[in-house]
Parts: sequence; C-alpha cells; structure tokens
Amino acid sequence: MDLAFISQHYPLYVKAAVLTVVIGGIGIVLSAVVGLICALSRYYKIPVLRTITVIYTELSRNTPLIVQLFFLYFGLPKAGIVLSSEACGIIGLTFLGGSYMSESILSGFQSIKKGQIESAESLGLSKAQIMRYVVFPRAAAAAMPAVSANIIFLLKETSVFSAVALADLMYVAKDLIGMYSSTTESLFMLVVAYLIIILPISLLCSVLERRLRRGGA
Amino acid sequence: MEGLKIIFEGSNFLRLLGGLWVTIRIALISIGLSVILGSFLGAAMRVRNKAVRAVCRAYLEIVRIMPQLVWLFIVFFGIVRTFGINLSGETSAVIVFTIWGTAEMGDLVRGGFENVPVHQYESSQALGLTKLQAYIYVIFPQAIRLLIPNMINLSTRMIKTTALVSLIGVTEVLKVGKQIIDANRFEAPNAALWVYGTIFLMYFFVCFPLSMLATAIEKKQKKLSA
Repeated sequence: MDLAFISQHYPLYVKAAVLTVVIGGIGIVLSAVVGLICALSRYYKIPVLRTITVIYTELSRNTPLIVQLFFLYFGLPKAGIVLSSEACGIIGLTFLGGSYMSESILSGFQSIKKGQIESAESLGLSKAQIMRYVVFPRAAAAAMPAVSANIIFLLKETSVFSAVALADLMYVAKDLIGMYSSTTESLFMLVVAYLIIILPISLLCSVLERRLRRGGA
Repeated sequence: MEGLKIIFEGSNFLRLLGGLWVTIRIALISIGLSVILGSFLGAAMRVRNKAVRAVCRAYLEIVRIMPQLVWLFIVFFGIVRTFGINLSGETSAVIVFTIWGTAEMGDLVRGGFENVPVHQYESSQALGLTKLQAYIYVIFPQAIRLLIPNMINLSTRMIKTTALVSLIGVTEVLKVGKQIIDANRFEAPNAALWVYGTIFLMYFFVCFPLSMLATAIEKKQKKLSA
C-alpha cells in the first residue's frame, strides 16, 4: 500500500463521493415523491392513473438500471432528447426507485385495518382528513423498514453511474487503475469511500426502525 | 425507422439474444451455486453456537454493504494484482455473484425456517418423530413453500444485476448492442434508440414472467394459510 499515492489522490474520491451523494440524494427524494404518488393512485384506485402506475412499476422493476441509463443516455438523443449525464443519473435513479418506493408505501397503506378507517368515517372525518390523521402516520411507520432498505439499495445502485460518464467513485477508481495501475490503493479508497457513505445511513435506518417499532407497537 | 430494420437485419437479433444469454448463463450458474451454498449458510445461521452465528452475520453484512459493482472490481482487478491469477470477466462475475447470492440465499433460508411456527417442531416431537423425520416430513415442506417465491425474486435480482458485467469487459448484450450500433453508424444513425430499447424490453420479457410467477405463488400461499 502506497500511502503517498493515497494522500495525493484522495481529493478525487472526495469530489466523486460528493457527486454520488448529491445525485443519489436527489434521486432518492424524487423516488419517494414518485413512489408516494403511485402508491396513492393505486390505494384510491384512480382509474387511468392506476393502470399507468402498474405498467410503469412492472417496467421499472423488471429491468436493470444500467440498461435504463443506456437507453436514456445513448438512445434518447437519437430521438432528439439530449440529457446531460447528471440528468440521466437522476432520472434513471428516480425511474428505478419510484417503483420500489411505491410498493413499500402501498403495503404500508394496506397494513392499516379497515376498522380504523370505518371508525374514522363514522367520526365524520373527510377522506383527506382520514389520510392525513389516521392512515398516513401509521402507514409511514409500517413502511419505514422497507423504505430504508430501498434507500440503501438505491445508494448502492448509484455505482453504475460511471457507465453514463458521470465522474462518480467507480469512475475515479477505474481511471486511477488504468492510469497508474495502482490497483490496491485505488480499490482500498473506493471501499472506504462507500463505507463512509453507506454505513452511517445504514446505522441510522436501523436505529429509526427500532424506535418506530417500540413506539408503534 | 431504419434503426428498427437494423435489429432484424442479418443475424443482429440473434447476436443480441446471444449476448443476453451470456449474462443469463452467469446468473444461472451463480444461482445454482448460491442455492447449494446458501442452504448450508442458512443452516449455519440457526445453530446454537454464538460464534458461528456471528461469523455468518458478519459475512452477510459485509457482502451487503458494498455495491455489487465494487465487488466485481475488487475481484476482477484486485485478485489479479494480489495473487497474480488472471481471471476472465465471466469467472470473476460468477465468483462475485455466488458470494453475494450465497449471503442473500442464506438469509432467505434462515427466514424460511424461522417462519415455521415453533408448535410445528413441538407437535412432531409429540408425535414421536425423530429430529430427522420431523425435518424431512414436517419442517422442510413448509419452509420451502415460504422460500420459493423469495428465491424466484432473488433470481430476477441476480439476472438484473449481472447486466453490470459489461463494465468489467464481458461481451454481453449491451456490448453486442454497441457493436451493432457502431457498425451501422452511417446507414442507421438512430440505431442506438432502437437497440437499447430492444435490450430494455428483452430484460423485461425475461424478468417479468418470473416476477409474476413469484407473486402468483405468494398469493396462492396466502389463500392457503388464511
């Protein structure tokens, strides 16, 4: 292990890690928004929107992110839609994550017993009020473990961004291996960088889960 | 539309299917190995010895925390460097996906056994079955019923994840697609749209039936247990 090499090149990793976190973060937040919309449209069985949601979910869940990204980045420009690498990364991650989030959130909604909703109705709450005060808070708690698993899954999926020329961690590692054949050092920094990103989030999620389980049950 | 024609020109479509088969073959070999090794891991995760369980748990967490692509890089670039062994991209991929699949499969097997209620073990004991008999006739059939949909879902995940092997130089469907696009750069400048669209749908038609099957089995089981 060449420590001088590491101290010389770690700023590249820091920059790449920031990019991974920013694009991953935006993608994950948008995934949650798309997921919530999809879950609501399926929960309330909104006619046309629901069909679109089901088709979208199946398409997104049954194809790899790298293929989705290739289509966005190399395919769409031929149809006149040119997207930057960053935009491709965010759109691709949202396309993939939206369906996973939607499934998790929907099963959270479905975990609320019918009796609860009927009681709320008999108390004279409107549909929106029922969602706001009865269904949503408890569905969110129920969906939390699955949603946090999705967040970690999506963070890990960002590793394929290098395929669409985003200078993320994998890209930097591959670059350094190619240029200096400093394989051990480059891979070491790569692993450390991912650990720094994923471990705290993973720990945070399990702490949150434990607290919710104690409070919710 | 000339891009669409390119796909069906000559043997292009067959070549794409051949490329898809490369990744699916890697997935199938890894799934097979993972099922065997994962069953042992799952069994090891249920022994009383705390040290064994801790080691298994650590293995699972270490494998899970890193993106699969990082593991591919570590094996493909790192092993060559450290041990001087030259592994092909395909071999590296099978190694990585087996290590990963074993971890996930082990966790599923553990979950499958844990979901069989304790009274099932106790009732078989009360009926005078030996431990082996209890496992063969009572526990396994129930555990496997719970396990199968999850195994199918893991398989689709494996098939999707093996698409990453193009990034360690395996000539699979994305690479073949790129070759076709490059070869027809002048005759069909918009080939990329159609070729990558076709690959997208190819993956969909492989994974969708598997997902449907898993959902159908799950639904049936829910009805049976309700």
